[in-house]
Amino acid sequence: MYWSINLVILVFVIVCALAAIYVKDLLATAVLFGAYSFMMCLLWAIMGAVDVAFTEASVGAGVSTVFFVAAVFRTSRRTKD
Amino acid sequence: MKLLSLIVVCLTGGLLLYGTADLPDWGDPNTPASLHLSKYYIENAIRDTEVPNLVTAVLADYRSIDTMLETAVVFCAGLACFMLLRDFTPKKDHYYRHVPSGVILHVKNPDRQIIAGNEFEDMDKEWLPPDTIIKTVCRMLIPFIQIYALYVVAHGDFSPGGGFQGGVILGSSFILLAISYNLKYLLKRVSEKFLGILSAAGVLVYMGIGLAAMVLGGNFLDYEKYAPIFGEHHIRALGMLGVEIGVGMSVTAVMVIIYINIVSEGKHDEGL
Repeated sequence: MYWSINLVILVFVIVCALAAIYVKDLLATAVLFGAYSFMMCLLWAIMGAVDVAFTEASVGAGVSTVFFVAAVFRTSRRTKD
Repeated sequence: MKLLSLIVVCLTGGLLLYGTADLPDWGDPNTPASLHLSKYYIENAIRDTEVPNLVTAVLADYRSIDTMLETAVVFCAGLACFMLLRDFTPKKDHYYRHVPSGVILHVKNPDRQIIAGNEFEDMDKEWLPPDTIIKTVCRMLIPFIQIYALYVVAHGDFSPGGGFQGGVILGSSFILLAISYNLKYLLKRVSEKFLGILSAAGVLVYMGIGLAAMVLGGNFLDYEKYAPIFGEHHIRALGMLGVEIGVGMSVTAVMVIIYINIVSEGKHDEGL
């Protein structure tokens, strides 16, 4: 049971990471990065590291996404490359 | 250039993957960390510190100097953001909205400070009427988020959480206020000076608890020495609560400082 949940989440982690690199819209990248952090948080929770999962959920998925969105709001939304 | 960077990335990734082959398996009982270190903490932490959450016992008691300097790093991050982004040049264009009639006044290059009366609202250049649904929902949610954040700080020694997580949640509740209303609404409630003092006070609370233990005749951050003042019962848990509150104060203030400086380009007037 555990390994199948692990596999699904790991696939999601890799998909989010690759999508965050290839998407041209930086706002979408910020949101994808938040999703990536949330998937990592689930992985930590499955491994039993609840404190790390909590930190990942609050810092990685929560506040750093807001910082990225704020930075995108003040710069440009499209990438050149 | 793109090909070169791709090669470098692939090489680094390959090296890292090659390096992971030597790492011990996850949860392997025969690694040095599991043989000596974890065993000591698991066997002695409850007896030494009377704190059920082992992670907090390690972070805030066995390795509390480490956590103190981590708090100092967070403070330095806020300070660096302030130093790099803060812009004190006064704004040239001011926009005021007459609230009863909705008329907007545009004031260019005022040669003296304008004091707007009660009927006028200092507004952003790109002003939109605040959405009632978002405002109402956030106004109802924020108190619960803040209570939860304080719960996480206070129960760091019994359940997952602690000063860092609780501070981030408390800070993001302020950020939610700025997003749902506007930046000026937040700055009216928590001033920049207050945030700066709070971020430094958190680190000082942590260091003060450590230094006071030295004054009472112990080592730096030796919470046992507070026993004559607060009683023997759960004295180490109490000391950990003290330092967690310091961490929480610092982290809360730094999160809000970073957000305000990024979103308003250091001008502290307009933003999301």
